[in-house]
Amino acid sequence: MSTEHVPSTGAWRIWATTFLVPVLAIVTALVIGAVIIVLTGADVVAAYGGLFTGAIGSPRAIAYTLVEATPYIFGGLAVLIGFRAGLFNIGVEGQIAVGSMCAAIVGAFVTLPPVLHVIVAFLAGAAGGAMWGAIPGWLRARTGAHEVITTIMFNYIAIRGTDYLIKVPFLDQESSSQRTPYIATTAEIPFLFGEAYRLHGGFLIAVAATFVVAWLLQRTIVGFEIRTAGANPDAAHYAGMNVSRTIIITMALSGLMAGMAGAVQVLGLEHNLKASFSAGYGFDSIAIALLAASNPIGVIPAAIFWGALRNGAGLMQLNSGISINLINIIQALVIAFVAADQIVRQIYRIRTARGEGITLSRGWGR
Amino acid sequence: MTPVLEVRNLTKRFPGIVATDAVNFTLEKGEIHALLGENGAGKSTLMNMLYGLYRPDEGHILLNGQEVHIHGANDAIARGMGMVHQHFMLVPTLTVTENIILGNEVIKGVLIDTATAERRIKELATTFGLDIPVNAYVHDLPVGVQQRVEIVKALYRSADVLILDEPTAVLTPQEADDLFVVIKRLKAQGKSIIFISHKLREVLAIADRISVLRRGKLVGSTTPAQANEASLASMMVGRDVVLQVDKAPAQPGSVVLDVAQLNVRDERGNTAVADVSFQLRRGEIVGIAGVQGNGQTELVAAITGLVNATHGQITLDGEAITNQGTNRAIDAGMGHIPEDRHHHGLVLSYSIADNMVLSAYDTPPFARGYIINEQAIAQQADTLVKRFDVRTSSINAAASTLSGGNQQKVVVARELARPLKVLVAAQPTRGLDVGSIEFIHKSIVAARDSGTGVLLVSAELDEILSLSDRILVMFRGQIIAEIAGADADRNRIGLLMAGVRGTGAEA
Repeated sequence: MSTEHVPSTGAWRIWATTFLVPVLAIVTALVIGAVIIVLTGADVVAAYGGLFTGAIGSPRAIAYTLVEATPYIFGGLAVLIGFRAGLFNIGVEGQIAVGSMCAAIVGAFVTLPPVLHVIVAFLAGAAGGAMWGAIPGWLRARTGAHEVITTIMFNYIAIRGTDYLIKVPFLDQESSSQRTPYIATTAEIPFLFGEAYRLHGGFLIAVAATFVVAWLLQRTIVGFEIRTAGANPDAAHYAGMNVSRTIIITMALSGLMAGMAGAVQVLGLEHNLKASFSAGYGFDSIAIALLAASNPIGVIPAAIFWGALRNGAGLMQLNSGISINLINIIQALVIAFVAADQIVRQIYRIRTARGEGITLSRGWGR
Repeated sequence: MTPVLEVRNLTKRFPGIVATDAVNFTLEKGEIHALLGENGAGKSTLMNMLYGLYRPDEGHILLNGQEVHIHGANDAIARGMGMVHQHFMLVPTLTVTENIILGNEVIKGVLIDTATAERRIKELATTFGLDIPVNAYVHDLPVGVQQRVEIVKALYRSADVLILDEPTAVLTPQEADDLFVVIKRLKAQGKSIIFISHKLREVLAIADRISVLRRGKLVGSTTPAQANEASLASMMVGRDVVLQVDKAPAQPGSVVLDVAQLNVRDERGNTAVADVSFQLRRGEIVGIAGVQGNGQTELVAAITGLVNATHGQITLDGEAITNQGTNRAIDAGMGHIPEDRHHHGLVLSYSIADNMVLSAYDTPPFARGYIINEQAIAQQADTLVKRFDVRTSSINAAASTLSGGNQQKVVVARELARPLKVLVAAQPTRGLDVGSIEFIHKSIVAARDSGTGVLLVSAELDEILSLSDRILVMFRGQIIAEIAGADADRNRIGLLMAGVRGTGAEA
């Protein structure tokens, strides 16, 4: 065999091949979405025009889109870190719940000087998520219990557990709604352009986290261990790596990102924690990671796209009478096309990449 | 006379490679025609086309002078072709009779007529001199007997053309001799046989005609009378080949690896290694001979820390490493060329450079603290690619883009790049081309000469004989004999590999 298949090392070529399928998946989903709009008798131009204007039509629309994107960036990173180690963390939802709870408690019930307070509250949220991720990791490493099962179960515990904490011990007695008290102003992550634009510092933390994760995975020995455990766990074992430890570290890092998502939502945006607040961030994060093609930097555009769809949906409905549920259909189609990438490759006649490939999750036990 | 089977200009292309390129090949009635070639030369592709598993892109297949298009294995069987695969297609939990009639049952009412089937099988067995216990369960049978079952299975389906794919790969030399007797009897009864192999000695011993494939092309045909091992090897490789490994006598030093009373269980919990004890000295190569599946894999796994032993001690240069894991073994100075490079030895999606530091990624200069030093890794890769002659256009190419021989060179280079006290080389040249084999053998001898103790495990007796300074024979989990490399007698080791003792001088 010759070596003629050596991939080009040009950076843009790699990026193009990595993100070609996700971009085409989005295009295809939007086209099918347009067909659905036509079939329901509505005006495609009005609908997509509304979606577009609502998402990025004005500085405020853009700011709102970025606000929506912020938890998805963290969540997408959380799922992605797991993917890179061959682990499927479905527990991001629960880890966000624990993270937001910890941040809300430290923000509202602990008194600390400015700056320090927000840092401690943020770290408490991150640590809560990390802990909630590390436990299923530990179970996987020690007993072989599959993380897909345990993280789903931990979601229930986290979601019901935080629900109880919000409604009983940490309930704001002054308020008519079921939520925790407002956090102290010292614990707030500041807004970047004033409250009207809602865009808060959490977005910047998310972008920074993306680059830290990219660096961690690519340039550190922990990242090398994570990637090797994902690409070939037998080779990792052979090479003297501690695969069990890597699994625990990976799940903790994954939970850490999820915990940050919960923390910035509470400290930057909501300033309190309402009962059943997360509602699906964790599950959409799986979609973000898939759309990002398991490349950390790809998480940012994927999350912004997701946020834009969510943010633009309202104006789309207003302009065209199309239900915002269409957005769910488009999102589902995007995921279907990214997950079943062979369909996209067939439609657009793209040659299957050689050698590469990410193990999303391995079989049971092992 | 019309040949039984004729292939004209048969071409099969796969993306990026021409697997067989206008191959012409004939098989006469009652002929044993050997097809010789290195791994990847196109032998399997050719046979898979004959057996209907691949459809040729160009060319014709003629059976008894009639052009045929073969659609799948069932069609091939119906047309009188039988194939004995290298990996047997038998159901271990069924009896010999059940395996043979599987998919071809004689029915009486709603029941399978086992009695009639058994009678037919016994007739076939007698006619062709194939001794098989019809009522035994396949998993109880030695490999050589299982192979006879496969042959009877083909004959039961009225095969006239038998394709034997690397039939001796899993056999002891004695079992191979028995097989040759069977093959000659099949020939005498008018069957035509295609014998696929890369072993020169066998091909010369059994074939009437020998055709050599190289890189998809048929480079020539000859007969055993006209050829010898050297001429066949150079046909196979395309240049002159040194078949003998050049090495000076060993200068064994102090004991560097001490294995005492080692017991290891296999994945199913059965004892695979039983009370194995031996010592390896600096500057010597100890070869472990044995038929595959006699505990060598588990022995290597325990020594290198991949699995835990149930009992016993492993000491590397005075340091106890028993059940301490792979990292401890590596730190203590052990290198390991694993028997399956895809499974353990490489991360195929990683670059050559990353694979070159797979077991040293966390030590200086490749890591500074917790940070990876990509420059040092690239430098290391550049050096090793040159030193070990890895054929690639870039150290950043994925390991999956390399040929098998070059992949194995990456593994060998990585392991020999560290200062080693002990090198465990398991099947270091399996499936490689002759050029790579020569190179890897030289590297192993060079490691020995620099004072490393080498434990060589190989299923190829020739490899053991040409490299080892001492030979241990492993049979059913035990070491049953120790022989000095200089006194090694092929025949005697062969008998020991089959568990036949009592030839004197055993351990």
